[in-house]
Amino acid sequence: MSGQLTVKQLEEKANDIRRDIITMLEAAGSGHSAGPLDLTDILTALYFDIMNIDPKRPDWPDRDVFFLSNGHTVPVQYATMAERGYFPVEELKTLRKLGSRLQGHPERTKLPGLENTSGPLGSGLSQAAGYAYSLQYLDHALHRFVYAVTGDGELNEGNIWEAAMFAGKYRLSQLTVFIDRNNIQIDGTTEDVMPLEDLRGKWEAFGWHVQEIDGHNIASIIDAASMARAITNKPSVIIAHTIPGKGVDFMEYDYHWHGGAPGVGVPNHEQAKLALKKLRTLNGRITPGDIE
Amino acid sequence: MTYHLNPHLYSDDVKQEPTRAGFGRGLKAAGGADKNIVALCADLTDSTQMSIFKAAFPERFIEMGIAEQNLVTVASGLARAGKIPFTSSYAAFSPGRNWEQIRTTIALNDQPVKIIGSHAGVSVGPDGATHQMLEDIALMRVMPNMIVIAPGDSIEAEKATLAIAANGKPSYLRLAREKTPIFSTENAPFEIGKAYVLREGHDISLLGTGTMTYELLVAAKLLEAEGIQAEVVHVPTIKPLDDETILASVQKTGRVLTAEEAQWGDRRTVEREATNATVPGRYV
Repeated sequence: MSGQLTVKQLEEKANDIRRDIITMLEAAGSGHSAGPLDLTDILTALYFDIMNIDPKRPDWPDRDVFFLSNGHTVPVQYATMAERGYFPVEELKTLRKLGSRLQGHPERTKLPGLENTSGPLGSGLSQAAGYAYSLQYLDHALHRFVYAVTGDGELNEGNIWEAAMFAGKYRLSQLTVFIDRNNIQIDGTTEDVMPLEDLRGKWEAFGWHVQEIDGHNIASIIDAASMARAITNKPSVIIAHTIPGKGVDFMEYDYHWHGGAPGVGVPNHEQAKLALKKLRTLNGRITPGDIE
Repeated sequence: MTYHLNPHLYSDDVKQEPTRAGFGRGLKAAGGADKNIVALCADLTDSTQMSIFKAAFPERFIEMGIAEQNLVTVASGLARAGKIPFTSSYAAFSPGRNWEQIRTTIALNDQPVKIIGSHAGVSVGPDGATHQMLEDIALMRVMPNMIVIAPGDSIEAEKATLAIAANGKPSYLRLAREKTPIFSTENAPFEIGKAYVLREGHDISLLGTGTMTYELLVAAKLLEAEGIQAEVVHVPTIKPLDDETILASVQKTGRVLTAEEAQWGDRRTVEREATNATVPGRYV
């Protein structure tokens, strides 16, 4: 569906999705805030521009596929899928509720459109690599592409590097992975908890094509995905530099907003009200009347 | 249905073969019947007998290296793409090392990945405690959606391989390294979820799974010489358990003894489930 929305329209869509996320998290009363907000621009670009998908036919055999490896950020995927038309936006309010299809971590068997079940970190990249292997070597479906998102703290997991070796060995060129490089994890900054740098050098050494971008610049995200598809002899990783809590200034850069309970990690009613106002006014840069 | 036991069962030169050999033949046959079957191995292709499939269908074999977590999670992705992946390693490593990945990406995700754990049980002997996998049955039978099978001999292992290739479910197949006597025949029945009475008796029920069933058949013959009529029930499918067949036997005999190459705690659990409080039996 490339090109149906302008970059400006995509940015507005991302803003809608961030507002959905705040509303969902407040209603749920638990979960994760920073990751979903900082991944919003990437998922908006994927679902509204980059991927060849049809929300009315989630199992369409010619679709591109998306694997979320850091399952705790799934509110952004639910919100993006709802805005894209996979299911009613109204259903987002059931996040984390008993019986809801929208559990705190994604369950493929419950919600059409999800490609995997994830939560425990480190295995989504392998699942994406398995799918990409099938497309390249077994199905010879060179027109289809596999996208994955991992966290940066998630790169502490050994399973990730097993997958990195595997995809490098088999030159899985239809696989593109976005790393959400927001520099935080639960116990602090990534470089304090378990240093990841030289991150570019690590992936290059494993045989990957590496790009680094501003993960909030939608035009850059779309361009990087195009470049990744053009690389036909290696898997691609896009290190997307992001701001945790992006879009809500009092959450930005603060690892305490990774996740938790109302007031500490997820917004309580007052914080949600303020966050929605921040999003509506782009942190005070415009007055609400300009966009209502 | 009458169970067709090997007529040479009690002879000194009863044919012996490891269960993994039956798996190797079964996987090749399954691969010939269904082109969606793919095979992944973590650097133990000959040991697990996946080499037979690899020789027949090299384009559908994937070498994974010594990386059991990636082994099963890549298989999960292949399954999402419509394949039926068989993964093999030693049971101590898979499901020993990668249990959580199996739970999340295969069991909860309900993907038809087949986990083949070879060299299970104490019968791997000289390799020592690290490789004598006794916990795999307990680990796998508690997972949602998972089928768990420990075939009794190589002929049954071949049948079980073909059965899980077609069952559409996450499945665990437990195999042994060493040769063991073949007690079944090509005509013997095998169906996932069924237990089989191999020898009738009224004094005690001997329940066996995996290659221990042969030992129970030998025990029953020895007991017969002492005037005890033991009933031998072979339980190749551990999950789902065939309660009906097991309970009917225990209700008849009133006594149970089980034999399996597994941890005590696990055996107790299976016994309790199989012979729950409504049965007037007692353990011996």
